Amino acid sequence: MDVLNYVIKRILQMIPVFLIATIIVFALVRAIPGDPARVMLGDRASQEAVDLLRHKMGLDKSIPEQFWIFFKDMLHLDFGTSMKYKLPVGELLISRLACTALLALVTVIFTIVISFVLGYLAGMKKGSFIDLIIRFYALFGLSAPSFWIGLVLLDFFALKLKLFPVSGWGNTMGEHLKAMVLPALTSAIYVSGILIRNLRSNVIDISKSDYVDFAISKGISPARLSIFHVVRNALIPATTLLSLRVAVMLSGSVVLETVFTLPGLGNLLVNSIYSRDYPVVQGVVMMFVVLVMLINLITDILYSLLDPRVKLQ
Amino acid sequence: MNMKDERNLLEVEGLCIHFETNGYDVQAVQDVTFSIKKGEAMGFVGESGCGKSTTSRAIIRLLAKNANIPAGKIIYKDQDVLKMSQEELRKYRGKEVGMIFQEPMTALNPVLTIRTQMYEQFRGKNMSKEEKEKRAIELLRLVGIPSPEKRLDEYIHQFSGGMRQRAMIAIVLAGEPKLLIADEPTTALDVTIQDQIIKLINNLREELDMGVLLITHDLGVISQVCDKVAVMYAGFFVEETDTLTLMAHPMHPYTKGLIDAIPNGMTEELKPIPGNTPSLIDLPNGCPFSPRCFMCEEICTKEIPPMVEVDPGHFSRCHFAEKMRGYKGVIELDEKGKE
Amino acid sequence: MAKNLSAKKIPFYKRVNLTLWIGVAIVAVFVLMAIVPSLFTHFDPDALDPTAMLQKPSAAHWFGTDNYGRDIYARCVYATKIDLVIGVFAMLVPMIMGTALGLLSGYYGGKLDMIIMRIFDIFMAFPYMVLAIAIVAVTGAGLKALFFSIWLVGWKEYTRLIRSEVLVVKQSEYVQAAKVLGYSDARIILFTILPNVFSSSLVYAASDIVMCMMSSASLSYLGLGVQPPTSEWGAIMSGGKTFFTQASWISIFPGVFLIIAGLGFSLVGDGLSDMIRTKKR
Repeated sequence: MDVLNYVIKRILQMIPVFLIATIIVFALVRAIPGDPARVMLGDRASQEAVDLLRHKMGLDKSIPEQFWIFFKDMLHLDFGTSMKYKLPVGELLISRLACTALLALVTVIFTIVISFVLGYLAGMKKGSFIDLIIRFYALFGLSAPSFWIGLVLLDFFALKLKLFPVSGWGNTMGEHLKAMVLPALTSAIYVSGILIRNLRSNVIDISKSDYVDFAISKGISPARLSIFHVVRNALIPATTLLSLRVAVMLSGSVVLETVFTLPGLGNLLVNSIYSRDYPVVQGVVMMFVVLVMLINLITDILYSLLDPRVKLQ
Repeated sequence: MNMKDERNLLEVEGLCIHFETNGYDVQAVQDVTFSIKKGEAMGFVGESGCGKSTTSRAIIRLLAKNANIPAGKIIYKDQDVLKMSQEELRKYRGKEVGMIFQEPMTALNPVLTIRTQMYEQFRGKNMSKEEKEKRAIELLRLVGIPSPEKRLDEYIHQFSGGMRQRAMIAIVLAGEPKLLIADEPTTALDVTIQDQIIKLINNLREELDMGVLLITHDLGVISQVCDKVAVMYAGFFVEETDTLTLMAHPMHPYTKGLIDAIPNGMTEELKPIPGNTPSLIDLPNGCPFSPRCFMCEEICTKEIPPMVEVDPGHFSRCHFAEKMRGYKGVIELDEKGKE
Repeated sequence: MAKNLSAKKIPFYKRVNLTLWIGVAIVAVFVLMAIVPSLFTHFDPDALDPTAMLQKPSAAHWFGTDNYGRDIYARCVYATKIDLVIGVFAMLVPMIMGTALGLLSGYYGGKLDMIIMRIFDIFMAFPYMVLAIAIVAVTGAGLKALFFSIWLVGWKEYTRLIRSEVLVVKQSEYVQAAKVLGYSDARIILFTILPNVFSSSLVYAASDIVMCMMSSASLSYLGLGVQPPTSEWGAIMSGGKTFFTQASWISIFPGVFLIIAGLGFSLVGDGLSDMIRTKKR
């Protein structure tokens, strides 16, 4: 029940951060210049119509009152109505969440596979040609903007080779997954650039360590040695690094959803900015904040499961 | 009829080990020859860097990648260790020869339980889960760890100093090796615990009839465990004989220096050996000990002395070993060779 | 017995800090490009040429042309100035601000530290792009928005980095000595602690320039950063969005500039950190 206690404690700790984040989002949106009501109705609408809408939207109340209404509604999971789509924001968020979440999941899987395999190889074969190539790849992954890599992959694999869809994510789960391959790969290339460096140096350190020598002296198989002793131990610092990068991954997905025209939260955000759909902007930002906090929590728990020396505090 | 000495577990002949670092050729071990019988305990003693660890690692073929063995043989029970394939090595390591490392905290994997690391030694044996657990608990008890059932599932950082070393010994024993190599097993421990571990090693040796190769820089530990001992300096064996004889009348100036350097009561001054150990890249010509030797003469700086049997079973690598006769060591032996 | 192999001379490429110098060379080329763009191309980046619209990359037009017939390579060359300026200035403010906060937070500890760390945590909850985009929403798209948003998200790393270094340096003997001698806090922070931790800032700054350039390119690609007709690498790529299926080169080739510039600054950063690491030993 340690884990449960820890989770509860963390949630309690997150509440003040969440509150302040809420205030920031609220302030941010209120700071946007222009009158949302007028924007909705257009320049030609009469002042009365605008005032009526303002009253309906609660914009004529005082700021603290507005915040209180906003906060109360949010706790009831009511984020208002999208001005553009005329749908409850909550509904929009959920429909888009699936796409972003799936992208994040596939990205994490790709990242783990690419980084661990390449990082391990580079570390074990330090100084060899393979090592050099892998390190160059990692440097490249970091220096090239991810949206550019996405464009290149899109151009080559989707446009020219027609292996993947050029835009959208299809209707069935199968089509969804197929559409995720290129954008997830793009994100993974960038994040793995960072992870590979770290993993490689961990693997190098570990392979020089005493416990690897001791394990060898016991005559265990090379397979067991690599998995249980080298990789298992290299996982630990890599996991911390990965968790820090999750926010980066989510951040990158915002741009990638535009590049690959995916119906996710990021795409929603960008479009709402264009169309000045402020309730949606509010909702999406809050959603991202919650996602980041959740993922951090999960990775912390995972980390403590991997390393028995760490005690959940 | 030619009867092979069946009891020779390990035979090493003329072993030379070189390392290549930064373009330099480091001569770590030169012309080392010895053998260990079943149930026999041999010690290597010498200062840091003299090649004792390197030699022992060669036996289990755990040398670094930049090591090469230009000459010499290592024969274990009639098998040429240096020529073993990876398959054969895996059967050899752990099961025939086991190694205890100096620092258990770093030698055991911090994220795996003792149980997991011990079970690794049970591979290849057809044991059920219950049998494995029973054996594991037995082993922990054998090395003197209380409440073994509970401790099996703990991690190495949860054990205290002496217990860690015991845990490592238990894990090594799980493989049932016939030859145990102990590389400075007591160096990182404080004196009281040192005693316990030494007693443990002696007991195990008797009970299991295991051969032991003990490496240390501490002559005191050697005297408590080993039947015979080799003194190493700058990669060479400089003296080899049984422990009692070495302590009573050594026949090499370096051994004399080591024995003289043992603190002997509060009133005597410490007598270190003057000078420094030579760099293994830049060994002096002739005998490696010559710059520091009080008996050094011209031939010593020109020719490396060969290993010569000065008495039955007593070897020394010194041009003037005979001059050491009459020197009294730390103990006195009567005519029968008893203390 | 064997003797020494002749000591091999340490090869040239290990002696000289090659990483650093290659990086500096690359950056120098870009700086030159920014100052004297006409050295690198004879085309006028704004010249419309209806006869040469949407042409594939060729010997005449290295990067091809866009839908107005403008030579894309030339546009990229002339955009170098803006990108470099954005990269450097977007990095400067967070570096100064972040370093200062890290110094204060690490040195004084206590309540100040707690407050700064809480603020840090709150900002950590917002993914970089999300926050940047939200800020753009407030300020309106454009260069101003670009700087603002990068400044607001960029200070975190410096603060975290400097703070942890200060915590270590604080314990060292010469800082204790300075305190005992009665030096004022300001003096200790500025003259004793700062010089020691500043090198970390500098190394991070090199890779931060790369991040700033990439963020600005990303934001501009989304249409939220630099607005036309100003050319910036990301903005140029953004212009190719609508024509992607016919003329993907508009969006892809400018990326080459970004990558090479990014590589240059990364190498400088790596080279600097190698140099500092060997000095510290």
